This record gives sequence, C-alpha cells and structure tokens, in this order.
Amino acid sequence: MGIQTPNGFNLDNSGKRVVVDPLTRIEGHLRVEVNVDSNNVIRNAVSTGTMWRGIETILRNRDPRDAWAFTERICGVCTGTHALTSVRAVENALGIMIPDNANSIRNIMQLCLQVHDHLVHFYHLHALDWVDVVSALKADPKATSALAQSISDWPLSSPGYFKDLQIRLTKFVESGQLGPFKNAYWGHAAYKLPPEANLMAVAHYLEALDFQKEIVKIHTIYGGKNPHPNWLVGGVPCAVNVDGTGAVGAINMERLNLVSSIIDRSIEFVQKVYLPDVVAIGSFYKDWLYGGGLSGKSVMSYGDIPENANDYSAKNLKLPRGVILNGNLNEVLPIDHGDPEQIQEFVTHSWYKYPDESKGLHPWDGVTEPNYQLGPNAKGTKTDIKELDEGGKYSWIKAPRWRGNAVEVGPLARYIIGYAQNKPEFKEPTDKLLKTLNLPVTALFSTLGRTAARALECDWAATQMRYFQDKLVARIKSGDSSTANVEKWKPESWPKEAKGYGFTEAPRGALAHWIKIKDTKIDNYQCVVPTTWNGSPRDPKGNIGAFEASLMDTPMADPEKPLEILRTIHSFDPCLACSTHVMSPDGQEMATVKVR
Amino acid sequence: MAEAKLDRILVLGIGNILWADEGFGVRVVEEFHRRYAVPDNVTILDGGTQGLYLVNYVEEADGLIVFDAIDYGLAPGELKLVRDEEVPRFTGAKKMSLHQTGFQEVLSAADLLGRYPQRLALIGCQPLDLEDWGGPLTGPVRAQIEPAIQLACAVLAEWGVSAVLRSEPLAGDARLLANDIDHHSYEMGADPAG
Repeated sequence: MGIQTPNGFNLDNSGKRVVVDPLTRIEGHLRVEVNVDSNNVIRNAVSTGTMWRGIETILRNRDPRDAWAFTERICGVCTGTHALTSVRAVENALGIMIPDNANSIRNIMQLCLQVHDHLVHFYHLHALDWVDVVSALKADPKATSALAQSISDWPLSSPGYFKDLQIRLTKFVESGQLGPFKNAYWGHAAYKLPPEANLMAVAHYLEALDFQKEIVKIHTIYGGKNPHPNWLVGGVPCAVNVDGTGAVGAINMERLNLVSSIIDRSIEFVQKVYLPDVVAIGSFYKDWLYGGGLSGKSVMSYGDIPENANDYSAKNLKLPRGVILNGNLNEVLPIDHGDPEQIQEFVTHSWYKYPDESKGLHPWDGVTEPNYQLGPNAKGTKTDIKELDEGGKYSWIKAPRWRGNAVEVGPLARYIIGYAQNKPEFKEPTDKLLKTLNLPVTALFSTLGRTAARALECDWAATQMRYFQDKLVARIKSGDSSTANVEKWKPESWPKEAKGYGFTEAPRGALAHWIKIKDTKIDNYQCVVPTTWNGSPRDPKGNIGAFEASLMDTPMADPEKPLEILRTIHSFDPCLACSTHVMSPDGQEMATVKVR
Repeated sequence: MAEAKLDRILVLGIGNILWADEGFGVRVVEEFHRRYAVPDNVTILDGGTQGLYLVNYVEEADGLIVFDAIDYGLAPGELKLVRDEEVPRFTGAKKMSLHQTGFQEVLSAADLLGRYPQRLALIGCQPLDLEDWGGPLTGPVRAQIEPAIQLACAVLAEWGVSAVLRSEPLAGDARLLANDIDHHSYEMGADPAG
C-alpha cells in the first residue's frame, strides 16, 4: 500500500522491515527503520532520535550572559558554534554591538571549527563507509605510491612510507583490537575502491588524526582554552596587546603569527590531501548516486560569517542565506527568524505534548513537555521497541518546518544555495569538481554530493580563515585593539523584557537559538539544532524529514549489513545533542540489525 | 613501591555535566583542580564529551588518570579503580560523543598513532541517575568526589608525583569551570530549594 507524501515521496511499508539501532559512529541513539521491497530497495524510511529535551529547563532564571557556557555543554562536537549562537542571541535581544576585531576573531573561531569538524568527519566518521580497511592490507605499496603521486604533490607518498604504514596497520589488526576500525562491514559488496586507494585513504586517516590537533590550537589561542573555549557577550574575551611578550592570555604578535602558520598548514592539508582524496574516492563511486533525498527539492541555510560586524543580512554574510523550495533553483526565499509564521516546530509525531498538535510553535513560544507513547501499530513495549509505528509518535526529535516545508540543512544545502545565487566562490569549485568527475550538476543531489560539498567547504573555510586573520592583523596594526563592548554589560542597563535570536551555520547545518529575557533573567530559551532539521520525523501533513527522504529508493546489497544506510546517514554528519556515554564492561556494542 | 617518574601526566575528567551523574568525571577534576596544586608536568583537563578530540591530550601523556561515571553493575555511588590493560575493557560499551566514539576508541586512536600512555588508571563511579536532564549529581555519587580525589592522589604518588593541598582553594575565574556552570552555581540553579 503506497502513500504519496506532500513533499513528493512514495512510501510503501508493506515489505520486509529492517531496523538499525543504533547507527554506528553516530552520537546518541539514532535509529532507522526501513521497509525494503522484494529487490531489497528501500521503499519506506523512519528515523528516530533519542532524548533532546530542550535546554530551557536548565537555563530558566539563569543569567543570559552565561547561557553560552551551558549551551557549549549540550553537545560534544558543536561546542563553540553553540556558544557563538548563544552570545549572538543575547546581543540581538539587548541590542549590543560588537567591535570589528571581535567579529573577525569570532569568524576565525567559527571557520576553524568548520575546517576541523569537516576534516574529522570525513576521515574519522565517514571515510570508512567508503574505504575498506581490511582490503588496504592487500595493497601493493608501490602501486599505492604511484596512485598518491598521480593525484597530489603531498610529500608523504613514497613506497616505503606506505609499506611501513601497512606493517603497522597489519600488526594493529592482528592484535585483534580493531579499535576505531571495528563495527564495520569489511568486504561488503558496496565497497568499490581497489586495495591501493584503500591503503592511501587509511594513511590519510592517520595523518588527519595527527594534524587535526594543530587546527584546534587556534581555539586555544583566541578562546583562552580548549576543549571548551571562552566566549563573551559583547565581543571576545581575549585582550590584544601586540607589544606584549609574556602577558597571560593577551594576544601578541607571536600568537598572531602562530595562528597564521596554522592557517597556512590547514589550507595545505585540505588542498593536498582532503580534496584529492574526495576526488579519488568519488571517481570509484560515480555510479552510486543515491541518497539525494530532499537536497534536490528543499534546502535551507541561515547564512553566517559576517563581513562587517553586527550586520546579519544576506548581503553581508559570506555563507549563503535563504531557502529553496521544491527544486526551484531560480528563487532563493528570504528568512526571518523573528517571524512567527516561518520557523515552527511540530510534535504530531514526536514524544511531546502541545495544546493543539495540528499547529506548530515558533521557538520564542516553544514548549518541551514529554509525552512518551507508542502508536497503535508499534511492536514491542515502551522499554523494548521492536518496531516503531510511524503513524503515531515515534521520535524525541521535534519536526521543525520552514513555512510548513521540510528542508535539508548542511554543507550541501549551503552549496546548492550559493550555486543557485551564482556566487563564484561556491559555483566555480563545484563545477570544477563535477567536470573532473565527468558528472552532471544533478549528481550533487546525492550522498556523494553531500560528502563532496563538505570537502569543498572545508577548503573555502580554510581560505576564509586566512582572509579574516589578515583583516584582524591589519586592523590591530592600525591601532585598533578593541575586542569587546561592555556598555550594556550591566543588567541595570537592560529593558525589563527583551527577546532575540542568534543564528550560525554549524558544520552540520543551520543552528539558531531564541531567547526571552525577563527581569534580567532567562525566561525562555530554545535551540533548534541542525540535526533537528535533518533528522526530523514526519509532520502533521505527512512530509518526511531529510534523513528519511535520503534513504528512499536506495538498493541494499544485503539488508543484514546496512552499509548503504550508514553511508547516507553519516553523510549528514549527524549529531544528536545528547552525550550520554556511561561506560560498561559488557564490551562492544555493534549496531543491532533486525530484519523482519 | 615507587616507580620511575613518568614525564607527562594527564588527569582527565569526562562526561556531560548537564546530565545528572554523567557529570561525575568533570566535577571531580573541577574540585581536584580547585583544591590541589600539581607540578608543571601534570595537566588537569575537563574533557567534557569531546570524544575523539581528546586523543591530542591522551597521546602526549605517559601516565593517564581518567575519572568517569561507569556502569560496573555495582551499587550506586560505589567507586572502583581499574588499571592499565584492564582499562579499555571498561571504556567501550556506551558511547561518549563525537558520533559515538567511546573513550576506548580514543585510546585505540592513540595506540594507532604509536603514542599510547605507559600507565593508565580509571577511577569510575557507579551512577544512580543518568536520565535527569539538567539535574545535579545524586547524593551517593556526589559523596564520592572526595574519595575519588584521594584515590587519584595515591596513584599520582605511586607515579612519583605529589599533589599538594592549596593554602586557599582557587577562586572564581581561576577554576576549571566558570560562568555559572561551576558545580556550586550549577546545582543552586538546578535545584533552587537545595
């Protein structure tokens, strides 16, 4: 029995049900259930996420100036970007302007996170969906060297280098503690790389692991510390003293030069290792263009990286801002975060309660009241769900919609919007990549497109870091060392009631916080995170969310080994803002896969 | 018996402070840092839920002490010290963050890079409540902060390092956690009656 969703997907849940719970290498307990037809093609997809209970219960009655420190703790990966979003929300509510240097430093921090996160995501959380580590053990180091040298002039490419690495890797695998390489389906039919490409990619996996620690030093310098950098409403908490030599915490020329050199090395690594790898790997997967989902229909980007301080309009933002609906690339629609009709969250299929669930709520008026109940056709019990009933409530993730539309967010959404707007910095690298791989522009709307857009954006972000670092240094040299505006620091200067919002483009997509302040304390605080957009369940009209849409019509080689599902969901860089991690001696928890 | 001194030591607390007893590890390092001074070769780190990002710190350590909430299947609040090759076995099952990387994977990644700590000590506390989003540490777990610190001091002493009680506990901004998420302020806000 088929159903057509308003957003254009044909759902048929009559076939065999495959349950993947949890999806490996994803935070929290994201669970996916799909129905496959007799050819093992996915005809219905249901994605559900664990407990995102909202931050408002924790933040109510706290000091708005400290909200960033709490939001930084929501999630293990988006720390800095939540903090930035939070200080922007408070500044928006209270009308606080930040100095230009603070804008540059914040941009560098945000771009640094972007570069770091994209690199780590590709090599350490996603590459193994494309790269078979066990096959790398069989590679010929000489052939690997020839391959590596044919795609890049990166110096670590000799036969001896790859031979040594292969020996290390073999020892590691033979020791039986596969570590980061466990929980995978080595030898799966969906792996397409020859052994040499696999060995090269594993070498770069290790190099990236080693290099990423350099990138985050920028956070330590401008944020005072890492892994939880400091932020400040009104600017940034680091003082500038160019003549200083030993001043604790102050930014001097030595530190500025260190940041500069890290930026240079980041650009080099991305351009000589990451991008060539994505092209090389992509060339073997050109026929696997599944996973597009909503990307060819409806995408959204809030925009970020303001050129000038305090101006968050589309024209001043270097990352694109706007919405594309129903595949109409000729029109990029404007977003207003303060308009109650635009961004709304629905809970018809989420484990929460609203007074009227046919309607959505704008985040300023958002409520988060749990209501955990399974639909009538669910199988199992509340503590041991065998199969969800997507006709009822089935996820802890709310369903955010833009004017009622489900949208995809993230690097691919940003690149599609930038491309549609004919912005050369997004269009040209995209066209170049498509040409190299000899693929049409429609190939972007795929899992591979999502992965490629992230790589292109990593290069863009690294280059933009260079731009803002130069801008900062020039301004400091011209005598402006101001990094914070404390005019409205004191709560006595605030109105009795105020409300505001802040938005950023987190590595994995559009992120916004909405705040209401009353009597100098937080009255309501709502975050709508990127994975809420992408991982959302169905809405009252039956529109499916981005994860769900992306799985539709994908053929699976073997439903018992759902590599294709992992690959596509991982391509979103999902992050369910829940970081429970109690350790237990029960040993390894492989994804359970149940086929019924 | 005292051993040869380890050059660099990392004292790491991990967990999510917003999730009741999940915050145990971070609260222990916070208190340890507030009250004790350590030599320069010892780093005290609030690792939060940073997952794989922590490999940078772990690979630089010759000796590693980790505090965390651990499901040993014991009574809530029971403390247990696990050492060296036993540690990875206890750090595997449930996932930390960064997309389901557990601390075991952090250790494996350090191993893969050829920079695995020589000595490991995991000081874990059996949690009572992990479901209370926004809640404070529960009583039995909070009561183990001090014993956990004493255990760490004993391990450090074995490794030839003495942690010295500060004459005055660190104030405000000098602490590991500030901006209202330090243990005291956080709990006052989480449970205004208490």
